[in-house]
Amino acid sequence: MNRQIRRVAATVGVLMLALLVNLNFVQVVKGNSYRNNPDNRRVILSEYSNPRGPIIVGGTPIADSVPTNDELKYLREYPQGPVYAPLTGFYSLDYGKDGLEDAEDGILGGTDSRLFGARIDDLITGRDPRGGSIVLTVNNAAQQAAYKAMAKQKGAVVALDPTTGAILAAVSLPSYDPNQLSSHNSAAISAYWLSLDPTNQDSPLANRAFGTTYPPGSVFKIIMSAAALKAGLTPTSSIPAPNTYWPLGGSGACPQNGTAPCVENFGGETCQNGTTATLAFALAKSCNTAFAELGVRTLGGPAVASEAKLFGLDTGPMNVPLTVAGSTVGTSADLSDPAALAQTSFGQRDVQITPLQGAMMASAVADRGTLMKPYLVAQERAPDLSVVSQAQPSQLSQVLDPNLDDELSQMMVGVVQTGTGTAAQITDIPDVTVGGKTGTADTGDYVNGVQTPPHAWFVGFADQNGTPKIAVAVIIENGGVNGNETTGGLAAAPIAKAVMEAYLNSAAGH
Amino acid sequence: MTDPTERLPTRRNTELVLILFASLVVVAAEGVVEGTRNGHLSSHLATYGAVPLVVGLVAHLMIRRFAAYADPFLLPAVVLLNGLGLVMIHRLDLGLAQQAREGIGDYAGAAAPSQVIWTAVGLVVFLAIILLVRDHRMLQRYAYTLALAGLFFLVLPSVLPARYSEVNNARIWILVGGISIQPGELAKILLTIFASSYLVSKRDVLSLAGRRFLGVDLPRGRDFGPLLVAWLICIGVLVEGHDLGTSVLFFGLFVVLLYVATERISWVILGVVFFAGGSYVAYRLFSSVQIRVTVWLHAFSYTQTIGYQVSQSLFGLGTGGLFGTGLGAGHPELVPLPSTDFILSSFGEELGLFGLVALLMIYVLFIARGFAAALAVRDSFGKLLATGLSFLIGLQLFVVAAGISRLLPETGLTTPFLSYGGSSLISNYALLALLIRISDSARRPTTSRPPLKPLSEEHAAVV
Repeated sequence: MNRQIRRVAATVGVLMLALLVNLNFVQVVKGNSYRNNPDNRRVILSEYSNPRGPIIVGGTPIADSVPTNDELKYLREYPQGPVYAPLTGFYSLDYGKDGLEDAEDGILGGTDSRLFGARIDDLITGRDPRGGSIVLTVNNAAQQAAYKAMAKQKGAVVALDPTTGAILAAVSLPSYDPNQLSSHNSAAISAYWLSLDPTNQDSPLANRAFGTTYPPGSVFKIIMSAAALKAGLTPTSSIPAPNTYWPLGGSGACPQNGTAPCVENFGGETCQNGTTATLAFALAKSCNTAFAELGVRTLGGPAVASEAKLFGLDTGPMNVPLTVAGSTVGTSADLSDPAALAQTSFGQRDVQITPLQGAMMASAVADRGTLMKPYLVAQERAPDLSVVSQAQPSQLSQVLDPNLDDELSQMMVGVVQTGTGTAAQITDIPDVTVGGKTGTADTGDYVNGVQTPPHAWFVGFADQNGTPKIAVAVIIENGGVNGNETTGGLAAAPIAKAVMEAYLNSAAGH
Repeated sequence: MTDPTERLPTRRNTELVLILFASLVVVAAEGVVEGTRNGHLSSHLATYGAVPLVVGLVAHLMIRRFAAYADPFLLPAVVLLNGLGLVMIHRLDLGLAQQAREGIGDYAGAAAPSQVIWTAVGLVVFLAIILLVRDHRMLQRYAYTLALAGLFFLVLPSVLPARYSEVNNARIWILVGGISIQPGELAKILLTIFASSYLVSKRDVLSLAGRRFLGVDLPRGRDFGPLLVAWLICIGVLVEGHDLGTSVLFFGLFVVLLYVATERISWVILGVVFFAGGSYVAYRLFSSVQIRVTVWLHAFSYTQTIGYQVSQSLFGLGTGGLFGTGLGAGHPELVPLPSTDFILSSFGEELGLFGLVALLMIYVLFIARGFAAALAVRDSFGKLLATGLSFLIGLQLFVVAAGISRLLPETGLTTPFLSYGGSSLISNYALLALLIRISDSARRPTTSRPPLKPLSEEHAAVV
């Protein structure tokens, strides 16, 4: 009998072993797929069961969690909605996370390993784990002014503190309401999501400030001027500025069909005396022929490319911690072929930059040639408000020797005082000097054989008492309300002025 | 008793220490639940912490006095399982109550307090059996009476009007005065006693006489008759009551007892063939069986309908992963019937694979000690009964755990000692008392008491 009993016992042992193997399969091998199954509400329930930390601008939350009475205990709210949407992103039941909600999820959701000490505390005291908070570098006055000044035109505004790289404003239009994507009503979320046309590049969900690249047009002449100064020219050096420039040889007026390699000035205008102009004048009046010939005849492709790289082009994508698309000066063929280089020299052809890159260019010139790394998060804080990390400004490059940069900076001031950027002048605030560069960039996009209206650019900076305060880039897609009649000076410069004034008038600007 | 060196250690102090340890584990678990759910400790900690301690100490003193040589691991294992079950039931009360506040599901009121009462009843039954059954062999005298009582319990729900017997489409209950009893749980103990007794008295004829058919020795009809009748009645009743789990349990039990009693593997082969045939017939005949098989094979195709419960159980287990969410921090209340049929997935979600395996190991320890008693006890009836009871726990645990983790179709059984439910708890405490009694007689020195004249002494000599 005992032999049989042992066999029965062994059989039970085998059954238990089968259970163990199967539980390993269910809980470990398939564990992740079960955890993330769309019909499994557990992960979402626990995520929503604790308050997520706030995102703070100037002491006020722009994203916060408020308790509810439903199954998901906390609702994410964005008091400023579309104004900050490109930064906050959203926190959605059905469409995941975006923006800072995604990039800073570890801190906001309380899962970051750096909060581990606090979590042990929570375990012992039995308190629910809470998220930490994020303090942004953004200046609310500048952000609101930028959003308001854009007045529903498509485009973006980015402002930087030139001395640190802190992002003071980042606006992208059209925007969306993150509250509607972060509600607890799946049907409403889904309807709103589809109304945003999410698969379209042109969707309001696209963050134009960081994620979209545009041809910079004449804004690129800042980099050309820096390369020229580095090559030994001075602001008063006289450079060729013909009415038309044929990089591959030729003469006379440019053909209207635009097929021949021929450069003329904006609107076919004459630059200074029609044959030569000073470098400063060429920048102030944005003479295309002067810069095209400067690029092809004096500087050459490699010098242009290396200066562009110092300004941050062709250095790849960057995290601020939102992802910033890479800007580029174009292909190597663009730099070796004179016809292509001529167009590249005034920011057309394949040159593509993000609005943030535009602001970086102005900020480097404003701060004596020092290009600082842009950043958006000033502080990460634990739930008990102790500081987890504090942003440390860091330099990316020295775009130009400080003394030469002073000359470039003066040339840009000239643009605003006597050139194309006069609309950016600030007279209401004492001791403020504004410098900048306008751009009116051909899109290269054709609809029914007609090129879409050009993008209007302005990048610039404001000094107060000789200290660089703010650098701004503004782009208005396809001319905004001005359409084909747009220019950077007309459409974009006043917006930059509004943002600078708002910042300088705010407490942080003093 | 004259020579002190011959006296075996009773190991009662080991039992006491283990009970204290088990109580400590339960108190810690309840503390974690309250800390996680409420942020502070409450008076429940004292209540639910006291239950395993009181049950353990009372039972321990009784064993010290009336079954001094009993196995010291059986009682602490039960105290730990019962206590952890209580903590989980309390934790599920909190979760279900909160769900109800959020407007989801209905909350029938706290289950943990009534589980405390059922534990007390279980303890009384335990004490009564230890006191009344001073030698397990005396049960053989009442074998047929117990069988009749068992069959009566088993048949009753099928005979009663549905409103007194049907819950969730299973007619296996007796519902009186707000109390629901699952008589099948009690019947399983009674029928195990009967089957063990019957097989011991008939084991010679069952294994020796009979016709040989296809290399398998078939018993004579008149020897086999009563057993077959009992088996057919319980299978019939269970099929009528739509209770798949209990059918599987009984069938496995009979096959194992026959095998051990007759020492013939042919019974197992016959049993497997019967089981396969019976399963197929049940599958063809009953839509409830078809649904369970469909859910088993394609749970994730029906996550919102018939497969909801099993897929939620798997989601819970998967979300728990290796270490679990922590007691009180998961969502086991999302699985329907989380405190009865699916209490193991509640543990799997909150304690993870490690916790669930640890829990299974406590059962393995209990079952192993049961089989050890079966091996050590001297009489055949004791051997058979201890084997049957240990196997019952093992098979029931396997069927439940396999069901919640989709190794087998879900069948709807309680997890012994853990699950919420009076009948289950009471019958398993009775089972514990019987194993304690058998293990005591296995280790008790023969000189300490004049042996009762066993009914089956001659068979024991065969071993």
